[in-house]
Amino acid sequence: MSELGYFSIIISTIFVNNILLAKFLGNCPFLGTSKKMETAVGMAMAVVFVLVMAGAITWVIYYLFLLPFDLVYLRTIAFILVIASLVQFVELFLKKSIPALYAGLGIFLPLITTNCAVLGACVINIDEELGFLKSLVASFGFAVGFGVALILFAGVRERITLARVPKPLQDTSIGLITAGIIALAFFSFKGMV
Amino acid sequence: MAKTITQEFTKGLWAEIAPFRLVLGLCPVLGVTTTMENGIGMGIATTFVLLCSNILVSALRNIIPQKVRIACFIIIIATFVIVVELVMQAYAYPLFLKLGLFIPLIVVNCIVLGRAEAFAYKNGLLFSMADGLGIGIGFTLSLAALGGVREVLGTGTFYGASVFGPSFQPFEFMIQAPGAFVCLGLMLCIMNLFE
Repeated sequence: MSELGYFSIIISTIFVNNILLAKFLGNCPFLGTSKKMETAVGMAMAVVFVLVMAGAITWVIYYLFLLPFDLVYLRTIAFILVIASLVQFVELFLKKSIPALYAGLGIFLPLITTNCAVLGACVINIDEELGFLKSLVASFGFAVGFGVALILFAGVRERITLARVPKPLQDTSIGLITAGIIALAFFSFKGMV
Repeated sequence: MAKTITQEFTKGLWAEIAPFRLVLGLCPVLGVTTTMENGIGMGIATTFVLLCSNILVSALRNIIPQKVRIACFIIIIATFVIVVELVMQAYAYPLFLKLGLFIPLIVVNCIVLGRAEAFAYKNGLLFSMADGLGIGIGFTLSLAALGGVREVLGTGTFYGASVFGPSFQPFEFMIQAPGAFVCLGLMLCIMNLFE
């Protein structure tokens, strides 16, 4: 991915390597917050917000601290701590200074700590050896891809609540099959970048 | 505590089998189960982390302050994940390469954190051990089952051995991303039928 241009990275991360449907990351919030459109939009916004910041900070931590001091094996623990404290910090900051946004994102922010899409995207950026700007762009793309898939899925799922689904297939089961069909649609982007 | 240790252990195997009943920790369930071998490897790694973190959280439950407990749990879990990562890199390198990204992601597997918060922080050492082991083995079994189904249909092999002979045309769909979702959905449906 490191040899791609900025635009190709965006296309690649949103559509071709969609973090939810092609990389299988962040499935818990995907199924958990997609029952209503409002919660899906809130979650998507919160992920975009946190993932871009986490992408920048983990890059700095990795290349300025872990790599020079030969502490690469501590990557997992360092990243998760950074993300957890970042989420807390963002939550406090929003609560104080932008209450309107806090009211919208509020309950979704703590959930993001255990959203593997955030940690996963940061680890992918490091594994692909992207530069600072490129990993920012890639984080943004991954987050937008997450949001697009989540909102699409929530839209479909709202319609399913009105449909007559056979009893054993109800709720999560039909949700997963729907996700599979959406993943099939995203599959057609494969080979674009 | 009305339940016995055996009951705490066996509930993880069917009554509260993690990926199906609680719909938690789905990322590795969908991501690594292209073959049964990967599924079992991932299951064992998660079981180890779950068991160790349950033991440590339970042992330290009187010391960990209520307010920062989640951060403490995450540090404990991350430590064991690093142990697994290093051990696998040393002794099971091919499997390590196949599971790749999903090993560090055991940290954010909701099952592990969920058991620490919901069970180990409130219960004694032995009960927490039984709970961790039970949920972990249940998780491994589900991964193995899903991996088995996807491997048989998607590549025509079962644990590496050919099932249908050379003339079988594998369903490519099953080992690709969309197949994972559909397959898990259908298995959940079959499980609901048996209720």
